[in-house]
Amino acid sequence: MNFDDYRGVWVFIEEKDGHVASVSLELLGAGRQLADKRKTELAGVLIGDNVQSLAQIAFEYGADKVYMYDAPIYRYYRTETFMRAVLACVEKHKPEILLYGATSTGKDLASAVATDLPTGLTADTTQLDVEEDTGLLLASRPAFGGNIMATILCKKYRPQMATVRPKVMKALPRNKEASGVVIEESIPITEEDIRTKVLEIVRSTTQHVRIDEADVIVAGGKGLGGPAGFQVIHRLAETLGAAVGASRDVVEAGWVPHHHQVGQTGVTVTPKIYFAIGISGAIQHLVGMQNSGLIIAINKDPAAPIFQSSHYGIVGDALTIVPMLTEAFQIALGRKEEADAGKI
Amino acid sequence: MLHIVACIKQVPDTKIIKMNPKTNTMDRSSAPAILNPYDSHAVEEAVRLRERYGGVVSVLTMGPPPAVKAIRKCIEIGADEGYMITDRAFAGADTLATSYALTKALEKIASEVRPIDLIICGKMTIDGDTGQVGPGIARRLDMPPLTSVNKVVEINRAEGYAIVHRKLEDGYEVIRSTLPCLFSVEKDINEVPYSTLPNMLRAARYQPHVWAVSDLNDIDKTQLGLKGSPTIVSSVWAPQKPQGGKLLEGTPEEQIQQLLDVVLTRRELFDAVAGGEGS
Repeated sequence: MNFDDYRGVWVFIEEKDGHVASVSLELLGAGRQLADKRKTELAGVLIGDNVQSLAQIAFEYGADKVYMYDAPIYRYYRTETFMRAVLACVEKHKPEILLYGATSTGKDLASAVATDLPTGLTADTTQLDVEEDTGLLLASRPAFGGNIMATILCKKYRPQMATVRPKVMKALPRNKEASGVVIEESIPITEEDIRTKVLEIVRSTTQHVRIDEADVIVAGGKGLGGPAGFQVIHRLAETLGAAVGASRDVVEAGWVPHHHQVGQTGVTVTPKIYFAIGISGAIQHLVGMQNSGLIIAINKDPAAPIFQSSHYGIVGDALTIVPMLTEAFQIALGRKEEADAGKI
Repeated sequence: MLHIVACIKQVPDTKIIKMNPKTNTMDRSSAPAILNPYDSHAVEEAVRLRERYGGVVSVLTMGPPPAVKAIRKCIEIGADEGYMITDRAFAGADTLATSYALTKALEKIASEVRPIDLIICGKMTIDGDTGQVGPGIARRLDMPPLTSVNKVVEINRAEGYAIVHRKLEDGYEVIRSTLPCLFSVEKDINEVPYSTLPNMLRAARYQPHVWAVSDLNDIDKTQLGLKGSPTIVSSVWAPQKPQGGKLLEGTPEEQIQQLLDVVLTRRELFDAVAGGEGS
């Protein structure tokens, strides 16, 4: 393998309902920095059905070039079709670095591509850098449930690949004047070659505020004592129109479903305000919420690590403090009457 | 007969693991070794499918000799047979080298014991957190990899297909795949009940089939262990902790008032929201 043949930083552009997934825009921002440091180009790999307009979006967020596979067979993500397209593109154009969002699609695709190439793949990266002279990608990620950070290298294979957590990299400001080169690619592939079919896609219709999109999150932990204690979290969240978050042990104890879990094995969140209530602040939780705008902790243990990671803290029993806080917000936000009428 | 193989791993319980604050290294002796929690759901699902369709459930692991305990745990859940590959040559394997070694063991099981219709893995391990080994095995065996499976609708061995739900960020998709294929399963696919007494008794005495590298066929030793791993860990460090914030003072009422003053500077966040979570 001649490393000099491998040039350029690539980002897999994930499409979702006709839009570019926000993690792909974030990766274009991160990829732009890596490409500039290596004095090389940044390219997007765009695969889908009728996705020409999305190439322009990639340029507006930093890409110089887009490799595009546009055909009806790519209408839905399937490992086999997308993997074959990416493999063909890598073989033909030889990137030095290839990044994917750590989404269900990105992780699935990257794992398959890495095995077939073969090359190294670092999962769930939260920091990226590149050595300017060697091009060695420094991909860092939380390991052992977030107890440590590790930097992973892939010295002997190219491309160097990583999946990157949503919400940890920053997208560039959109530049509507930007343009770039679209390179149309195709591979011989027919529906008969493919062993999986997407029969149906069912979007969740839940009314719940999703924690990865919420501006305000009220999260609770084991310090609340039990499912009954956790109700104070729901009431504060309802008052604020916030999403409900939870630490891992609360989810494992079955107080709330897994989609509420914030942290290394849950969701990374970046709300404008994050309430951490009865949460001690295990590293695995901190890695998932430490980029929140304003972090407020309430815990009865003054030595709890969460206080080291929060902007404001109250030492006290959450079961006393939170109902008082909820009532104070109800009054301040003019929702006291609704609350008294049992609507909140 | 439907043959399902669950690939499992013994892991340190990362909830209990302690860090040495001086060296920033993990004190592994502080953490008990457990069956990877996601894998218990994989084994449970295999057992449920056997109850629905008949057949045999095997489990396979790669690990040091004490990993036999993880296999016994799977027998408790209801697996029929356990296979373990253990050898110093496997040490230091990353996900690519791990999927290679497990694939070689799966090929041996398929050719010498019985053909494999379905492989089930947990979504990921709690020590590696990558979720890459399952898809890697599928690619090496040229099976469709179906990740994030949270419901198995149907397995039809006679007609050679499976239908599953694959979890998405905002819902799920229904996928039909040919058999054989590989699922990696989410936690919410099932609940693992307490073990039955007969299973516990059988597990206590159970001895798995144990293979070393020399027992595996056509193996390329350069693809094993540290040597066969493209990724290496170059450094580890303790995650940076944000600077400590301000602890509020005064009576609870005073503290709440101070907090309100801070939070309500962003009042637009709340006024825009009507209703809320509603559960």
